[in-house]
Amino acid sequence: MKHKIKKVLVIGSSALKIGEAGEFDYSGSQAIKALKEEGIYTILINPNIATIQTSDYLADKVYLLPINTNYVEKVIAKEKPDGIILGFGGQTALNCGLALYREGILKKYNVTVLGTQIDAIENTEDRQLFCNKLSEINVKFPQSNAVTSVEEAVEFAQKIGFPVIIRIAYALGGLGSGICRNKNDVKKLAAKALSYSSQILVEEYLEGWKEIEYEVVRDRYDNCITVCNMENIDPMGIHTGESIVVAPSQTLTNNEFHMLREVAIKTIRHLGIVGECNIQYALDANSQDYRVIEVNARLSRSSALASKATGYPLAFVAAKLALGYGLHELPNSITKTTKAFFEPALDYIVVKVPRWDLKKFRLVKRNLGSSMKSVGEVMAIGRKFEEAIQKAMRMLDIGVEGLTASRTKVEFEELETALREPTEERMFAIVQALKKGYSVDWIYSLTHINKWFLYKIKNIVEIEKKIASTPAKKFSKELLLEAKQHGFSDRQIANILGLDAHDIYLKRTKYGIHPFIQHIDTLAAEYPAKTNYLYLTYNCSVHDFEFNLKRSVIILGSGPYRIGSSVEFDWCCVITGKTLREMGYKTVMINCNPETVSTDYDEFDALFFEELTTETIWEIYNAINPMGVVVSMGGQTPNNLVMKLYNIGIKILGTSPASIDTAENRSKFSAMLDELEIEQPEWSKLSTIQDALQFANKVGYPVLVRPSYVLSGAAMAIATHDFELTNFLQKAVDVSPEHPVVISKFLVNAKELEFDAVAQNGKIICSAISEHVENAGVHSGDATLVLPAQRTYLETMRQIKQISADIAKSLNINGPFNIQFIARDNRVKVIECNLRASRSFPFVSKTLKKNFIEIAAKVIVGKKVEYLDDHTFSYDYVGVKAPEFSFTRLEGADPTTGVEMASTGEVACLGQNFDEAFLKALTSVGYRFPVKSILISSGSIESKSELLEPTRQMVKLGIKFYATHGTSKFMNANGIPVEALEWPLSGKSPNAADFIKSGKVDLVINIPKNFQEEELTNDYIIRRTAVDYKIPLITNRQLAMRLAEALANKDPLNLETKSWDEY
Amino acid sequence: MNLNTKYVLKKTAKLILEDGNIFEGKIFGYQKSVAGEVVFNTGMVGYPETLTDPSYKGQILVMTYPLVGNYGIPPMNDNEDIPENFESDRIQVQALIVSEESKSFSHWNAVSSLDGWLKKFNVPGLYGIDTRRLTKILREHGTMPGKIEIGEEKVEYYNPDTDDLISKVTVHQLEKYGSGRKRILLIDCGCKKSILKNLLQRNESVLRVPYDYDIEKEDYDGVVISNGPGNPVVYKQLVSSAKKLLQKQVPTLGICMGHQIISLAAGAKTYKLKYGHRSQNQPVKEVGSNRCYVTSQNHSFAVNTKSLPRGWQPWFENLNDYSNEGTRHEKLPFITVQFHPEAAPGPVDTSFIFDEFLKNVK
Ligand SMILES: Nc1ncnc2c1ncn2[C@@H]1O[C@H](COP(=O)(O)OP(=O)(O)O)[C@@H](O)[C@H]1O
Ligand SMILES: Nc1ncnc2c1ncn2[C@@H]1O[C@H](COP(=O)(O)OP(=O)(O)O)[C@@H](O)[C@H]1O
Ligand SMILES: [Mg+2]
Ligand SMILES: [Mg+2]
Repeated sequence: MKHKIKKVLVIGSSALKIGEAGEFDYSGSQAIKALKEEGIYTILINPNIATIQTSDYLADKVYLLPINTNYVEKVIAKEKPDGIILGFGGQTALNCGLALYREGILKKYNVTVLGTQIDAIENTEDRQLFCNKLSEINVKFPQSNAVTSVEEAVEFAQKIGFPVIIRIAYALGGLGSGICRNKNDVKKLAAKALSYSSQILVEEYLEGWKEIEYEVVRDRYDNCITVCNMENIDPMGIHTGESIVVAPSQTLTNNEFHMLREVAIKTIRHLGIVGECNIQYALDANSQDYRVIEVNARLSRSSALASKATGYPLAFVAAKLALGYGLHELPNSITKTTKAFFEPALDYIVVKVPRWDLKKFRLVKRNLGSSMKSVGEVMAIGRKFEEAIQKAMRMLDIGVEGLTASRTKVEFEELETALREPTEERMFAIVQALKKGYSVDWIYSLTHINKWFLYKIKNIVEIEKKIASTPAKKFSKELLLEAKQHGFSDRQIANILGLDAHDIYLKRTKYGIHPFIQHIDTLAAEYPAKTNYLYLTYNCSVHDFEFNLKRSVIILGSGPYRIGSSVEFDWCCVITGKTLREMGYKTVMINCNPETVSTDYDEFDALFFEELTTETIWEIYNAINPMGVVVSMGGQTPNNLVMKLYNIGIKILGTSPASIDTAENRSKFSAMLDELEIEQPEWSKLSTIQDALQFANKVGYPVLVRPSYVLSGAAMAIATHDFELTNFLQKAVDVSPEHPVVISKFLVNAKELEFDAVAQNGKIICSAISEHVENAGVHSGDATLVLPAQRTYLETMRQIKQISADIAKSLNINGPFNIQFIARDNRVKVIECNLRASRSFPFVSKTLKKNFIEIAAKVIVGKKVEYLDDHTFSYDYVGVKAPEFSFTRLEGADPTTGVEMASTGEVACLGQNFDEAFLKALTSVGYRFPVKSILISSGSIESKSELLEPTRQMVKLGIKFYATHGTSKFMNANGIPVEALEWPLSGKSPNAADFIKSGKVDLVINIPKNFQEEELTNDYIIRRTAVDYKIPLITNRQLAMRLAEALANKDPLNLETKSWDEY
Repeated sequence: MNLNTKYVLKKTAKLILEDGNIFEGKIFGYQKSVAGEVVFNTGMVGYPETLTDPSYKGQILVMTYPLVGNYGIPPMNDNEDIPENFESDRIQVQALIVSEESKSFSHWNAVSSLDGWLKKFNVPGLYGIDTRRLTKILREHGTMPGKIEIGEEKVEYYNPDTDDLISKVTVHQLEKYGSGRKRILLIDCGCKKSILKNLLQRNESVLRVPYDYDIEKEDYDGVVISNGPGNPVVYKQLVSSAKKLLQKQVPTLGICMGHQIISLAAGAKTYKLKYGHRSQNQPVKEVGSNRCYVTSQNHSFAVNTKSLPRGWQPWFENLNDYSNEGTRHEKLPFITVQFHPEAAPGPVDTSFIFDEFLKNVK
């Protein structure tokens, strides 16, 4: 035993947000495992109910509570832990830890910080202290200065010369940072940055330098290793989280590699890190000169990537080191025979590509820069760069079939701009440029992307040319093999030759060209691997894998996190694996997302870090011939593959593919509903604008338009009159017989409800009905969910149960499913039905303490399970799930909610009643209480009158109200004292925007007047200013009303701190 | 040799292992058939340093990292006596085997491609080989003789273990460097330039002599016996001059081959490892402490710890297989290390070994 610690508090990272996503579920879960293994009692605080770490089988106690000193102190007082770890919950946990320390709370309850100590954390987080530390050991860092005023910023910038970059201490994802090429830029940016943080950093901008990262581990004996180094393909200036990254570095010489390694170890020793940390460098592309950019004294996105890239379980080891172990005292968990003190040797290349969803947002700025906008990432493994990058492009699931030769073309008119001012689509610009004959040197001068990578991309383009210029009959085995070795999918090759993917597959099998399974073993085959961490490559000649998988089941993962699909599906996959494993099945996971727990090689009997494409799944399926494939746990990505997989002869477990098709196909689905006499909003599939207008007028506006082919960003839209409809159909989408649009009647003032359930042989076994706080029109993923439903008529509930039972029966459902309902005056209509686990499964499972996924997993493999459904009355507490938006990071985006999902994460809290749970949930997603002043613009006249009483209520609570003109007139006329402010565009003052900037309001309520505004209206400016200045913002009427009531009923600073199991 | 094959350039060639395994690959570098001992190295950077390491004499080197040549080859300035980026003045391996040789390269300091460089030194290379499968064969069976045959040009297997390889890589006459106070005699068994560099960086003067030089003829304050190729027991004369050093109690540092020679001189035994240690990530632990180091290594033979005579202690041990990684005498100023404190390629964690040695040198 290395330690006397008995009870440890682990702080999570709360909701997924841009810059802080699933990677911290991975690191937190590993930490908890490591502590449990030591017989330590673990307590977790994390309101992110969709995570694996908040499952009942990991931490001994789970608190679904906001992560701030107020709540954490209460938990500490209650649980009396003797240790706390801060390094596994991202910046959220780190900052919370610092606050706990500064407020003397750790001291007060004498809680020991395990692993890296507070002073070390401060020395890495405070830029000035950090620079001082580095100077002490003559380590180079960018010329920089911490300033506290705009004037100082300008002055220093002029001293070191432009361009400069402005950054913030204590910020993640590069929040608020940016490049300034002149004095005015500095003024603008400094002002904004200073509003987030009292201290900002002005520093030399290292344009065109390479960006390199090292993951460093140190134990208390001062033993220090670098587990992995990574090279950003994108140059300095593009955030590492936005960069395409390779591991190991590809263009560094031995001297460069080991110089940076030596500096890393020297620095980490000097800072006194114990555990894991990440150090970022800039390396001159024309000399051996370097700079240290930052050290993250905690597990990070990069360390999760490094763990997956090397097979070295960084988080697990870091947790053990925090307890006092030495690296040489811990085993290498892959070889089992060697030790954790070593540096992995890779015999493959790893490519990480971020996933963006920028096109979902109106008015957002799409350029990449020093702050993060991506919402997820994929990691591809290959034995050639070309192989890996093309895999990665497919893994992104953005509709491209590789770097080139896709059916969906990504092209640019302003090609040079696309290269010089990179967006998330820059790689396709490079391909287009190469095809146009731009020289590698020219592209380099525009992008500063190292030429080695450009040459490799050129290879891909040239192989495409070669294939295109070969007559089909001359298409040789050699050429086909070359293409496969360079990452071309059958589909890509087919596209080039104008054939069908299946033709290429047949050709391939004729020649016996198949990928081979290889191990990730941490030692480049020097020692045998005892685990099944696997990938496929065409650049090997035999399988490196003994087929020990009898009675195996493949589970398809969820792919990259993105808006609409994230950690909730990882939870479903992990629980499914766990359940089937306990039932004695061999479980096989296929996934490609390094931020997940499902890609921990010990969660399943085998892990294929691979593409979720028909071609790849088929190759794996044939190699290990399993009993079947589970497609219902990974969200929409696997769901979309079902018919393809089924048609090529893959056994689908659970609900039959035919049924899934019926549910997915609108026409088939409506036909069925009509037969069952179940109502749904009137809809029609139309292929001309004329028909569209006609239909819209028949059913009456507003209508919801779902295009099948999108030109601009806007996928779904709501039209309120002919002009809007015509406009949308002309500008945003392509309407034609091959690209019809689906138009449905949009029901206003309707309630929306979620039905989550599991059925066996068409009979519902367990179910949950959650109601939305927001009316229909706010995407279910952005809505605030309440379970059990509190404000829904029994009659409505009964209808929902009945309808769901009928649907389950007629589709003979065998597994998880979700139905979305709209209800108005007790008339219930069906919006859609998904025959798979839905986003809300973790929420309902954990709130009702009944694991729907465990049950579903058993059903899927045909085990008979008994009826478990029960009454909503049997719950004497309420769960509320609230969305987290990352609008602050999405520069320019209009922060409103609509039919397109916009949130990046979620939390859920429990309480003895709705108000209790609701206020906790809001606090968890960044609402700050008490609220003393509110700025309100109450929107349409109808919403004005609805908000009248709530406003009165809040005024009674002593909250000061400011309002824009219309609203203030209305309120004052109704005897509610509110202070009027000018509109931002009026040019007069005091105007609403300045007011927000000067921090005079605690909350902004801004109800949009119409569904989506395209132009920069006053309201947009108010909303945007609010998120830019981190002021909580409410844009939904019902939400505002519920908040008013909750504040009237409860003191938001004095809510119960019960653990999950105490409910 | 069949003439016409000499002129017709071939595209592919075979790697034939003694156990009968055959790998077909594509040719790069110089076209000729060669034989040697097939060994693998798991380092991910530093091919210019690795290929010029004289300890690889007689060996066909397999790189497990699949992409080699990415950053090209730095300038090799022939008249500078300590080349900046290389460990000796020529490529030492018999042949190079990789999965992919990077035809295009990019680095500010690169002047040629890997392919061009191999051609310049008449060294053949094979690419398009499943180096992982090959490595696993060597891991399971142990390193073994093999040959690359191009067309009709046949060659015989070659086993270096009985051969005097050092004679092929040692300096031909005494060379003097530096003007520091302490005079270090460097016995060159195929010395990596970085060993010399490390001594000179510490401002000592160095007398570099051939491995069979009569060291009685010189006077010096300390001795370094360098790394080198082959089987230590082959070098009887070297062992006996090491014996003399020990008798005279001259402060001595042995590196790699030097470590094995001194151990033999002290009366210990050496043996051949199944597939050796060739990598930049070998973990070693200081015996009796908790200090561990990541080291760069390249050796087939090892000293049997149990055979160490009285007075000698194991200094370092390998954390993977617990083989001996260094020895030290209880009272006398003799220290030896199996790993490479001069790194190049590899981590520089153990450069303190040179300081330890120089502390002994009065
Ligand atoms: N001096 C600089 N010159 C150019 N780019 C920089 C400089 N400093 C930081 N960056 C860019 O900004 C990004 C974010 O900076 P970093 O300090 O890593 O903040 P974060 O804490 O968000 O990771 C880096 O990944 C790098 O691309
Ligand atoms: N007919 C309708 N009337 C009112 N709101 C609707 C209607 N159809 C869909 N919505 C709203 O749009 C959101 C998204 O629609 P949905 O069909 O669920 O798309 P997705 O497949 O993205 O979930 C729903 O959550 C609901 O709030
Ligand atoms: Mg960073
Ligand atoms: Mg939906």
